Amino acid sequence: MQRRIAGGLLALALIAGPASAELDLTGAWGQKMHEDRLDRGGGPDIGDFTGLPINDAALLRAQTWDANKWSVPEHQCAPHPADYGPHGPAHIRIWTTTDPNSFKVVAYHIMLGWMNPVRTIWLDGRAHPSPNAPHTWEGFSTGVWDGDTLIVKTTHLKEGWIRRNGIPRSANGKLTEFLIRHDNVLTWVSAVEDPVYLTEPYVRSWNWVLAPGLWINPYTCDARVEVERPQGFVAHWLPPGMNPMLKEFSDKTGFPTQVTNGGANQLYPEYQLELKKLLPAQLPQWGEPPNPF
Amino acid sequence: MSCNTKPASAVGLCRLAATAMLSVGLLGSPAHAQKARTAKNAKTAQPAEFAGELDVMHVKGNVYLIGAAGGGAHSVFQIGPDGVVVVDTQTPATSAKLVEAIREVTPKPIRIILNTSALPDHTGGNLPVTKVGKFIGDRGEINVASIKGHEGVLNRMSGVIGTATRPEAAWPTDVYYTGTMDLHMNGEPVILIHHPAAATDGDSVVFFRGSDVIVAGEIFTPDSYPVIEPEQRGGSLQGTIDALNRIIDLAVPVMNAQGGTLVVPAYGPIADEYSVVIYRDMLTIIRDRIADLVKRGMTLDQVKAARPTLDYDGIYGTAPRGWTTNQFVEAAYRELSATVDKSSPDHATASP
Repeated sequence: MQRRIAGGLLALALIAGPASAELDLTGAWGQKMHEDRLDRGGGPDIGDFTGLPINDAALLRAQTWDANKWSVPEHQCAPHPADYGPHGPAHIRIWTTTDPNSFKVVAYHIMLGWMNPVRTIWLDGRAHPSPNAPHTWEGFSTGVWDGDTLIVKTTHLKEGWIRRNGIPRSANGKLTEFLIRHDNVLTWVSAVEDPVYLTEPYVRSWNWVLAPGLWINPYTCDARVEVERPQGFVAHWLPPGMNPMLKEFSDKTGFPTQVTNGGANQLYPEYQLELKKLLPAQLPQWGEPPNPF
Repeated sequence: MSCNTKPASAVGLCRLAATAMLSVGLLGSPAHAQKARTAKNAKTAQPAEFAGELDVMHVKGNVYLIGAAGGGAHSVFQIGPDGVVVVDTQTPATSAKLVEAIREVTPKPIRIILNTSALPDHTGGNLPVTKVGKFIGDRGEINVASIKGHEGVLNRMSGVIGTATRPEAAWPTDVYYTGTMDLHMNGEPVILIHHPAAATDGDSVVFFRGSDVIVAGEIFTPDSYPVIEPEQRGGSLQGTIDALNRIIDLAVPVMNAQGGTLVVPAYGPIADEYSVVIYRDMLTIIRDRIADLVKRGMTLDQVKAARPTLDYDGIYGTAPRGWTTNQFVEAAYRELSATVDKSSPDHATASP
């Protein structure tokens, strides 16, 4: 009997994975768009800054922002930065680099569908590079396992955005992420800190479902002149706030500017009480737009 | 002036420049000679040696970065079979360590020093670095490196323009006064491109065409608003924007508007085209805002009160080298007040 138990333990030891609770994150994952679908798919309304812990500097950047920016050749092929990328649209594929001798995972690589940016998350304990090293869309990421959660810290981010309507995130921003796998569901929690434009960390979460066989197509982008403009053209509204579309969200929802301009207080449940005082008695009713045909 | 650089086209250009310099020298020799003598006799105080470690990293191809330190800006060096080309020399405080850092990467001699401007944080180490160099010229190998740059660098360092008196041995020995100077070193073209009245009146962008690296010098300072001091330096806001646009033209990303041509600023992280675009966009937007306020007839105090840089101050207004947001706005206001057409009060909704 004792021999049988010993044999069983030996067999278990042989087939068991690593001693820690590290999970395998590799594979293709299909994005669940069950939250914030309009914001993540078509994009946010211009002038909708609700729920963002932003300061006056961020608001001024957004009031200056002009969607014409994306028609300027040098901006056309910019992908979403690492902190916005998972917001979507983004099916993802995850693979590893392993040590050829120990087979330990040296790095996870995550490719997002839109524009195919590839992030590398180093798990080999290396230090973050010098401040003089390039800042990129993906930044420089290192990860450690805390139980079954992969905690990722990212620095060296190129200036980007936290909402696709002009709210910026500076290159001084840092990102902390938590990747959690529950069976076939991957939950990705992200916290962005930015001393320049955010007054508090901005926390988001998203979910993916394991989708073996899901193929992410190559996403090629070649910048072209779409509109002939003088050299050095920079799209922006002058003076800031002159963009008439900034008012559309407020008109549509009935939310006063005080609400649409966001602020950290909107992150807390007690804001609901304040919001009640700020909203008009009768909000405009909006639903599906009428069929134009 | 040494005119023995390769290739032949560069020799021709150099000799043309030499002739022009000679003419300038003949016409203006008394003042120049007097200032030069003063410079020769000037005793330079020996600064304390920089105690920290220099940040050395491979940029791309043949090109390496030595991070800004000891009061100096970033320095760059290119290596290969021909020897070492150093772009900007930081300050005397870091010279010994700068040479040591190069020695750790290559045993080849320092042949050429290129100066992107005359500013002391870019040329401060010229003297000690040239002394350990070995240039191959008309007289064979000589025991100094050749210092090259735009003639505006020579004018400023020799005191022909301005009041600076820098040791003669630290001056450029080979200058150009046209749009570009071409060299070929270590298997690749090295092109100096002049931008008039950008950060100074003697700026060169150095383009290592094979390695695909651009050294922007003081034209690109992504940790600060640009220093605009036309009286002291000869630069301008518009010239800086024009020069940034030229760099954007030269740079080609690989994919996702990233990578490809790398751009070394005077300070701060190594950049690519898009990082230059971010800086160019900021400067253009602020220029347009201040120009709009000038068109409306606002005074300097009113413009300052309007805070046209508010949304960028957290990034560029921290004054890492003492140049404040107020100084930047004042300089931009002065320049735009002199150049903006106030007779057309309409302001655009987007630039330009």
